[in-house]
Amino acid sequence: MDELITIEVDGVELPARKGQMLIEVTDEADIYIPRFCYHRKLSVAANCRMCLVEVEKAAKPLPACATPVMPGMKVHTRSPKALDAQQGTMEFLLINHPLDCPICDQGGECELQDLAMGYGSSVSRYSEAKRVVPEKDIGPLIRTDMTRCIHCTRCVRFGEEIAGLRELGATGRGEHMEIGTYVARAVTSELSGNVIDVCPVGALTSKPYRYSARAWEMRSFESISPHDALGSNLWLHTKANRVKRVLPRENEAVNEVWIADRDRFSYEGLQTADRLTAPRLRAADGSWREVTPAAAVAAAIAGLTGLPRGRVGVLTAPMATCEEGLLLARLAQVLGTPHLDFRLGQAEGDCEDLEPGLGGLGIEDVAQLDAALLIGCDLRHEIPMLNHRLRMAALRGAAVSVLGARQPQANWPLHHAFTEAPAAQADVLAGIVRAALEAAGRPLAADDPLAGVAVSSAQRECAQALVAAGRAVVWLGAEATRNAGYGALLALVRRLEGLANVQVGWLPPGANALGLSRAGVRPDLASARAGLSGLSAHAQLLCGLDGWLLLNCEPEIDSGLGARALRALSASRCNVVVTPWVSPAMERYAHVLLPAAIFAENEGSYCNLAGQLQSFAAVVKPLGEARAGWRWLRAIGAGIDPAAFPFETLADLHSAPADAAGLHRPTPSARSPVSTASAGESGAPRFFAEVSMYRTDALVRRAAALQATTHAGTAATLALALAPATAAALGLSATDAVQVSADGVDAGLWQVVLDGRLAEGIAAADVTHAGQVSLPLPGAELTLMMRVPAARAATAG
Amino acid sequence: MSGAEHDGAAAAAITEGEGAVMLSAHAREVIDAWLTRYPADQRQSAVLAALREVQHENGGWVSTALMDAVADYLGMDRIAVYEVASFYSMIETKPVGRHSVSICTNISCWLRGGEDIVRHVEDRLGIVTGETTSDGRIFLKREEECLAACCGAPMMMVDHHYHENLTLEEVDRILDELR
Repeated sequence: MDELITIEVDGVELPARKGQMLIEVTDEADIYIPRFCYHRKLSVAANCRMCLVEVEKAAKPLPACATPVMPGMKVHTRSPKALDAQQGTMEFLLINHPLDCPICDQGGECELQDLAMGYGSSVSRYSEAKRVVPEKDIGPLIRTDMTRCIHCTRCVRFGEEIAGLRELGATGRGEHMEIGTYVARAVTSELSGNVIDVCPVGALTSKPYRYSARAWEMRSFESISPHDALGSNLWLHTKANRVKRVLPRENEAVNEVWIADRDRFSYEGLQTADRLTAPRLRAADGSWREVTPAAAVAAAIAGLTGLPRGRVGVLTAPMATCEEGLLLARLAQVLGTPHLDFRLGQAEGDCEDLEPGLGGLGIEDVAQLDAALLIGCDLRHEIPMLNHRLRMAALRGAAVSVLGARQPQANWPLHHAFTEAPAAQADVLAGIVRAALEAAGRPLAADDPLAGVAVSSAQRECAQALVAAGRAVVWLGAEATRNAGYGALLALVRRLEGLANVQVGWLPPGANALGLSRAGVRPDLASARAGLSGLSAHAQLLCGLDGWLLLNCEPEIDSGLGARALRALSASRCNVVVTPWVSPAMERYAHVLLPAAIFAENEGSYCNLAGQLQSFAAVVKPLGEARAGWRWLRAIGAGIDPAAFPFETLADLHSAPADAAGLHRPTPSARSPVSTASAGESGAPRFFAEVSMYRTDALVRRAAALQATTHAGTAATLALALAPATAAALGLSATDAVQVSADGVDAGLWQVVLDGRLAEGIAAADVTHAGQVSLPLPGAELTLMMRVPAARAATAG
Repeated sequence: MSGAEHDGAAAAAITEGEGAVMLSAHAREVIDAWLTRYPADQRQSAVLAALREVQHENGGWVSTALMDAVADYLGMDRIAVYEVASFYSMIETKPVGRHSVSICTNISCWLRGGEDIVRHVEDRLGIVTGETTSDGRIFLKREEECLAACCGAPMMMVDHHYHENLTLEEVDRILDELR
């Protein structure tokens, strides 16, 4: 279909595909044509006119970005006519551009500055007034200096075509045209930071990075994002041993040329005042003293080995590297405990999980899907760049349906959205699974619990789309993982595993769920080795153990259990905490604190959901005496059993065999897949645990700019979201204060927020803001007592 | 500009909801009629007609809330409606007076004294182009480009009606009749 032709550029014959734009051909051949508005990942606008070139037999210079190649075309990119056109364009572009390069953050890496050097005149003929555009506040991440804008509209096209959310636009016309949001409004896209990269001038720059370094002062290092399991490739720019900013590193197979805002701005969490910089021990009177690393390791060994076998818990954030995971698994083995887990927030941790992953798909395959069903998966906020791929599929016509407790703000067309409380989700899924099996010609046995399930037309359409698709996926997401009813959903999803064209995947939160699973950091995998039944993270924290080894996590926040977790931790005899940060809570429950390196300071590898193993090196020195987690774990392990830890370097670790013998994939559970617990029997809403996209891990929770966005929420008032109908049934309205309790346990004072996207019969809360509160368990029935505000009570009295 | 008192007119066109506004039944009817002229997947084609109708019902201007309502009704991004409304000079995005007066100053009218008419009207009303009289009676639009009535120059447009071959006396008479 791609007909090859030959064109001539600057006297050189070049092969080209018919229909290609001239600039694509010259870029491939390394012939540079200046440009501002053209971006190979965005549509062609041809509005900056900088790429004008001379084409023989054309009356006027033509823009290379919008001129399709023709056989025998003769192009001159540097002829007097072409240069004259380019220089003329540059002169016009500079008319209204302020010459404020010395105080512009883009200075030194500015496309306009570079091209002005090449094509601009050293003396301006323009002596009239330049236009000034007032600065616009578009949120805590992006700084605007729109006087510098040259109206290339790359940021506008990015919003429409990639982010799927057009927030920036060009309003006004002619001299008065401005790029902006028109009304004072913060941009909210989870990918908004990319407009900083596509902006060829200093009009859109990074707010947190502003005025803190110059491009030429920094060194650039490769890294991998620690926030979601796509494993976006990053450039870290450092100066004086500090990460100054994070940019996307091109990898077509993973993140193309983009990254999510969470990947871009989380580095701020590296340099917070609560970083732990030296090992510490807690004395009997509760006071802390700094000790040498050797003394701290000795105390950790003494503490952990002094605990009864099988009474130690090992918990890690899913941000841990594969190497850290491997050492944790081995340490658990040496300590004789099966209680190790990275699934900190998983409410039903004893179900037979799938292996994390896309279900055998590569990341690039996602854009080629024909149908998908996302279950409890707000993909746009859980794994933003994966959502981008799925959006490409949906825009191509893939039928993407969602089943969840909150209708997602999807930036692609939804096929069907089933919005149900977790307790009712299994019923909906059962209908879809039944319809899918029937559509695939797999009749159900008469005693099959699915045989009696009702199927609505929407469920049937969703199922038929999956079965009829050339390639389809069913994914369980982080939202499902976190809440009650997950086991029932999982059992149902497993019934689809036999269908040839439907892949079943699990997308748990965290960067390295697959790597840690493969390293054996899961109680179900450790149980067999230890001969004991391993407890999941939730079970450990709810039942209590005699001690814990914690890596890079804040269990009371990451688990969503709040003060329940704190009580268990405080009651134990020895907690060894390997952590980059120290919180007041940690100072109360920890016995040994070991300062860990994190993200840019750490080294190791992550395995993304497509199974790609990506390694990264430390690019800045860890703060103070902090060191890579694997070094602490190796030191502790070698002190207990040197034979089990023959590792000196990371390379030794890479060659070590993983302890996991592979996940066992049991046959579908025989228990009834249809949930019996229905919501609202007593009229009380059930608790629904959420984690917003900028609260997912300890690093991002400390990134100041991200925390200032509307997505992050606030700890100042704990917000309890209810569907308007649920609130009305309870006699509550927005901003009412309610005293929440579940099973007789008080869970503090919350403010009611109405959310029309939420399913009825549940009360949703971001659990990461309530680390000090005895949070209800997911699915627990809540008792809500309205608190009369003091002012109103006074009036009434 | 004294638009505040005209905001009352907005109530006729819109129904106040919870922070958002709804298009009136009549506006929706008009927009629906325009929509029949375009393919079903090209609803944004009706945006200019929609803005014109909403502006007409709203006392000559469109608020951000109304633009949002148009965007939602047509399934467009809100910013895309702001772009259109701010681009076209016939759409006002700030409150204006009851009567819209545009005086042409393009070449034919200019040769025939259009600029004198602008100056005369400005002096008489005590405002400059782009402003509304303090009693909210007359909105003097920013200098208008050619309205295609060169044969009758100098001309002005008052509430969509053309007045040609103007003299200063004729202009005074027309303006005095506006209530």
